[in-house]
Amino acid sequence: MLTAQDLTVSRGGIPVLESLNFTLNDGAALVLRGPNGAGKTTLLRTVAGLQPPMQGTLEGAGERIAYAAHADGLKTMLTVTENLSFWASVFGTSGIEDAVQAFDLSALRDRLAGSLSAGQKRRLGLARLMVTGRPVWVLDEPTVSLDAVSVGLFADAVRAHLSGGGSALMATHIDLGLEAGVLDVGPFKARPRAALEDEAFL
Amino acid sequence: MIALLLRDLRLAVRAGGGFGLGLVFFLIVTVLVPFGVGPQTDLLSRIAPGVLWVGALLACLLSLDRILALDWEDGSLDLLATAPLPMEGIVSVKALAHWITTGLPLVFIAPMLGVLLSLPLEGYVWVLVSLLLGTPALSVIGTFGAALTVGLKRGGLLMSLLVLPLYVPTLIFGAEVARRGADGLAVATPLAMLAGISFGVMALLPFASAAVLRINLR
Amino acid sequence: MASIWEYANPVKFVRTADRVLPWLSGLSLTALVVGLVWGFFFTPDDYRQGATVKIIYLHVPAALMAINAWLMMLVTSLIWIVRRHHVSALAARAAAPVGALFTVIALVTGAIWGQPMWGTWWAWDPRLTSFLILFLFYLGYMALWGAIENDDTAADLTSILCLVGSVFAILSRYAVNFWNQGLHQGASVMRAGALAGDTAERVSNVYAVPLFICMAGFALLFLALVLLRTQTEIRARRMRALLMRERMA
Repeated sequence: MLTAQDLTVSRGGIPVLESLNFTLNDGAALVLRGPNGAGKTTLLRTVAGLQPPMQGTLEGAGERIAYAAHADGLKTMLTVTENLSFWASVFGTSGIEDAVQAFDLSALRDRLAGSLSAGQKRRLGLARLMVTGRPVWVLDEPTVSLDAVSVGLFADAVRAHLSGGGSALMATHIDLGLEAGVLDVGPFKARPRAALEDEAFL
Repeated sequence: MIALLLRDLRLAVRAGGGFGLGLVFFLIVTVLVPFGVGPQTDLLSRIAPGVLWVGALLACLLSLDRILALDWEDGSLDLLATAPLPMEGIVSVKALAHWITTGLPLVFIAPMLGVLLSLPLEGYVWVLVSLLLGTPALSVIGTFGAALTVGLKRGGLLMSLLVLPLYVPTLIFGAEVARRGADGLAVATPLAMLAGISFGVMALLPFASAAVLRINLR
Repeated sequence: MASIWEYANPVKFVRTADRVLPWLSGLSLTALVVGLVWGFFFTPDDYRQGATVKIIYLHVPAALMAINAWLMMLVTSLIWIVRRHHVSALAARAAAPVGALFTVIALVTGAIWGQPMWGTWWAWDPRLTSFLILFLFYLGYMALWGAIENDDTAADLTSILCLVGSVFAILSRYAVNFWNQGLHQGASVMRAGALAGDTAERVSNVYAVPLFICMAGFALLFLALVLLRTQTEIRARRMRALLMRERMA
């Protein structure tokens, strides 16, 4: 279970979202909605542990999170298999077979990641999530550059992950046909104020 | 950790660039020095240890920004930060990979370049030993500089400005070992100091690099 | 007198600095004028060095403050890392250019002194070399402050650079000492027994009193400049905070 209590997240020292409270149960998915620049990415980075929350607490994050951002973190000079195997050994899991199958990458195994199309790269980036073996997926716009078939593959992968007791927190505008809660970040927009640390200067 | 090291080594081999370029740069610097100071053999043989050390240092500096910048650009640094690896380990492995791909080849090519500079016979082994002991420190210090400037556009020049003063003690003791060795003097003291700096830096600086990298990632 | 940490509040700091600055500036000016005039015109020429010895009244205090400025930055950086008081980080930032300036003064006066004494403007003497390296550290530190947009990130990174740099500065000092034994006379002002003993190289009493006044003057000048610059940094920060609030409202 992932719980956020009274969470305030900031970008460049300026709060963007505040007083967030949400709970993500095992086996459940939560979709973040909100216009561009609302702070979804900042929230996801905070949940992933890349930046500390400005205020409030996060429970059940840390070592349970698998994070996928806009950039897939692929090495263009490594093959598909090598990319996945690398992350498998970093996360101490074995076997990339399930991930390769789930995202239909078998035919591309020995291709260099740099030679893949944008959608294929994305699929490889998402396959990495399965390889990590971590229970909470934190996804930032996972379906960008995916075609309809690939979106279907991705939705299946998420569904399988959820039914296995995992959970997912994602920012996306596409309806994946999942039974997911929706969290509109609009109402949590931080009230206008200067950066917290600058208040001492006023 | 080992996986990360292997990946970095494999990338360095496949990408080709980094590795060879440092060596070529070292060669060119060494060739340019006689053009600058004149071809007198006695002069060249006197300055050879120092020139080799400065050349190796500059060649090392040249490739520092690749240590972290590539992983920063494609997002793997973010992903590594969320992986179950301590940040201190990540920066140490990155420094080690840089040393293996850049420092180590420089160490072995330096004696060959010594021929061009009429390095005295006694000097070869000490140039080799001092570089072998000193270049790891250059990689570790360089990783600190790379971590400081990783988020910056055009951070390369700034990084040189930050890293070069930090290289001073290593350079002094390293070149001193090589010079005394070439002159047939006792090298024990500077050698001990060089080893002390090298091991001290390897043991402690990764903590600073990791702290800096965490700040830059947030 | 309450806790010193009260001055970590920017508003309180600025207000206090406003009150203190005129006194500080006045005192430093007085000390410098008295010390320099006394030193330049009312002390005898040295029997060996002649009138050139008098550059000591600029050289030694500047060199002293060049090092003390870095020490102050080290302390304020530590305070920032541990207690996260913004004033502390800004004070470190404010001190850097002043310290760099004192380093340049020490180097230039040293060269002017060295020319007639050693017959050369520059020698790779350990002390001179160390100051040159210190100057490079100042440059790097200031460049890093300038390069990073986010204030807190910049403060964090420069603080760590200052800590690491301090260790390497000490290492460099030893390395340089080892590397070249040098021409420079030892630091003779504070040497134990300098006032009582009669070693050949010590600064004799005739020169010592105005020298101490000059050192006090330079220290006060440094304090005044750093206070003023910190105040400016705080006001600039406050202005940005106000603008931000305006824009967000």
